[in-house]
Amino acid sequence: MEDLDGMNPVVLQLVGVHLLRGSRPIVSGLSLTASRGERLAIMGPSGSGKTTVLRAIAALEPFQSGQIVVDGVVLDGGRAPTPAALRALRRRVGLVFQFHYLFEHLTVLENVCLAPVHVHGLAGADAARRAHDLLGLLGVDHRAGALPRELSGGEAQRVAIARALAVDPPLLLMDEPTASLDSARREELGDLLKQLVVQGRTLVIATHDEEFARAHATAIIRIAPPTDITVTATRIGSDANRDL
Amino acid sequence: MGELVWAGDPEGGAPFVQADPADPSHLEGLDVEIADLLARRLGRTPRFINITFTSIEQSIVRGDADIGLSGFEDTPVRRTTLATTIPYYEFREVLSVRTSDADRFRTLADLRGRSVATLGGTIAYEILLRSESSLGLTAVTYDDDLHPYSDLLLGRVDAVLLDNVLADRRRRAMPGFTVQPNTVAVGHYVGILARPSSALRDQVNDLMLGAMRDGSLERILRRWNVWNDDQPRLYERLMAGEPVAAVSGFDALPAVPSRSEAARRYWPSLVRASGVTLLLSCLAMGLAVVLGSLIATGRVYGSRLTRGALSAYVELMRGTPILLQLFVLYYGLAAAIRLPAFAAALLGLALNYAAYESEIYRGALEAVPIGQLEAARALGLSERQVLTLVRGPQAFRLALAPMTNDFVALLKDSSLVSVLTVLELTKQTQIFATNVGSWVVPGALCATLYLAMSLPLAALARSLERRWKTSTV
Repeated sequence: MEDLDGMNPVVLQLVGVHLLRGSRPIVSGLSLTASRGERLAIMGPSGSGKTTVLRAIAALEPFQSGQIVVDGVVLDGGRAPTPAALRALRRRVGLVFQFHYLFEHLTVLENVCLAPVHVHGLAGADAARRAHDLLGLLGVDHRAGALPRELSGGEAQRVAIARALAVDPPLLLMDEPTASLDSARREELGDLLKQLVVQGRTLVIATHDEEFARAHATAIIRIAPPTDITVTATRIGSDANRDL
Repeated sequence: MGELVWAGDPEGGAPFVQADPADPSHLEGLDVEIADLLARRLGRTPRFINITFTSIEQSIVRGDADIGLSGFEDTPVRRTTLATTIPYYEFREVLSVRTSDADRFRTLADLRGRSVATLGGTIAYEILLRSESSLGLTAVTYDDDLHPYSDLLLGRVDAVLLDNVLADRRRRAMPGFTVQPNTVAVGHYVGILARPSSALRDQVNDLMLGAMRDGSLERILRRWNVWNDDQPRLYERLMAGEPVAAVSGFDALPAVPSRSEAARRYWPSLVRASGVTLLLSCLAMGLAVVLGSLIATGRVYGSRLTRGALSAYVELMRGTPILLQLFVLYYGLAAAIRLPAFAAALLGLALNYAAYESEIYRGALEAVPIGQLEAARALGLSERQVLTLVRGPQAFRLALAPMTNDFVALLKDSSLVSVLTVLELTKQTQIFATNVGSWVVPGALCATLYLAMSLPLAALARSLERRWKTSTV
């Protein structure tokens, strides 16, 4: 799939996605695309459905109509994905939750190795070697033997990123990544995200942190609560940051 | 006019004490008539109190009743620890075997390597215990005198040693077994009083001699079809003032040991019985944990039908007494599945505890935060992997403390399986207490052994809880 410029392949495409919870609309007619190497920020006030959009892309939340395409894997609204589509999707999408949700009973290393070993069938030693590399890249390899409860907020976030990246997904979703970081840590995170993109990955970040988005995103999508306006998604475009 | 409070157990049934089939609130039996006769001749009103057979002696010592009359055997221990009356009936310990075995199992000596059943805490049990070493047979003890015979017919045991009165009454109701003519030992029924009541005992003895002389005791025994030629001979000796040994025909039963001697003698059997308790509890808990996990998983993940069926199972097991469940498993299903006693005990405890464990695990599974499950799903784990790699292990940590509590409870509940003839710690203690005529030393030793098993468990639970406390979200 190519984007409009015909330059980089489109990794993520949402077309007219409607999502209701009960009878309450959460997302109405959202369309967007993100190309390889892009760092897309989805912004909007609390309750505008930013997190829900990420969850729908990761197939954790059903949506009623529209289409989500991730690196060629198609999810259609109103239909549960087939097990094969779900498997294929989850090889392509990594999700870092706002509250990390590291597995509390496993060490940092075990958290990172879980999916490579049990989902992708990697040998334990290979998975551990790769996990150490990844933790090293993120600056938390010295915490490999720690349990999640022993980590600081920033460490836990880096471990959660390592866990999501352990299966090398082309698309990484992050929910409110700066919520619990001080300004120095935010800068470090921004640098880290740039590094990840250099490796050819696409990032989609849900945030209400205007400053962070302007400093580190290549494009910003603003969404509003669906009750406010009918067309809720406005692509500001990848030039937006350059204008600032 | 004062009362003569007498204790008995209607569960013993006819001819001793039973509820009148026509009017269950009314009691009848030879012991009832003897109590009435004694009360009348003492110028008192008889008042019956219903006490479980195995507790009557302790109740008499406590002063709950003046006299116990319920087919009590005269034993050297009772003569020492209580004030026993003169005997009012002489019985013979006889061997019952399946009719098809009548020619090969004539005496105890023919039963080498076989199981022989009897009532716990009786002379017959003492005889069998000593025959275990001398004749190489296995004594199996029961709490009632019906199941030894039903298990004899089912083939669970090869013979029953009990007195002729009990054997005759079962033979009338249950065809298929033969009472061998040889007498293994001779014993007597007596009334029991507390030692401080020896003055009342002497009065009762005089009244009994009078009733022997005037034929009123004979009339009572004839009414209940237990009169035979042994009784006039016994009465003659008693009226002539001759001493009557508690038991004869078998080597005299051991004299009453001192408390320290008794403790020393019973300690190995108590430790062995603790081993049975511990083994049974560990195996039952292991099985309950496996079954409970499956039930909990079915209740959380299963179809509506599965969930309904499993809920019904849990409610059935929690809503009915475990004692009833054990009886049904061992005796109720015996016609279809003849489970060995230990297996039935193990299965009964495990099936019951599985219901309780499943509720703990279900709660724990549902308490694992949804975020943990979504994180696992987002990584591509299948639902089965989410359960086995994330949800299950986290739920296990939440369930650990209540599980340990249940294990300690199971350790103690395992005493219930003595009704299935499994000789575990509480049952062994009860036998010990009956044989020495006191609960003080046996009770203390038994409590020590239970604590030695449960305290380390409680400590283990506390330490695991501390270790995992903060890791459970």
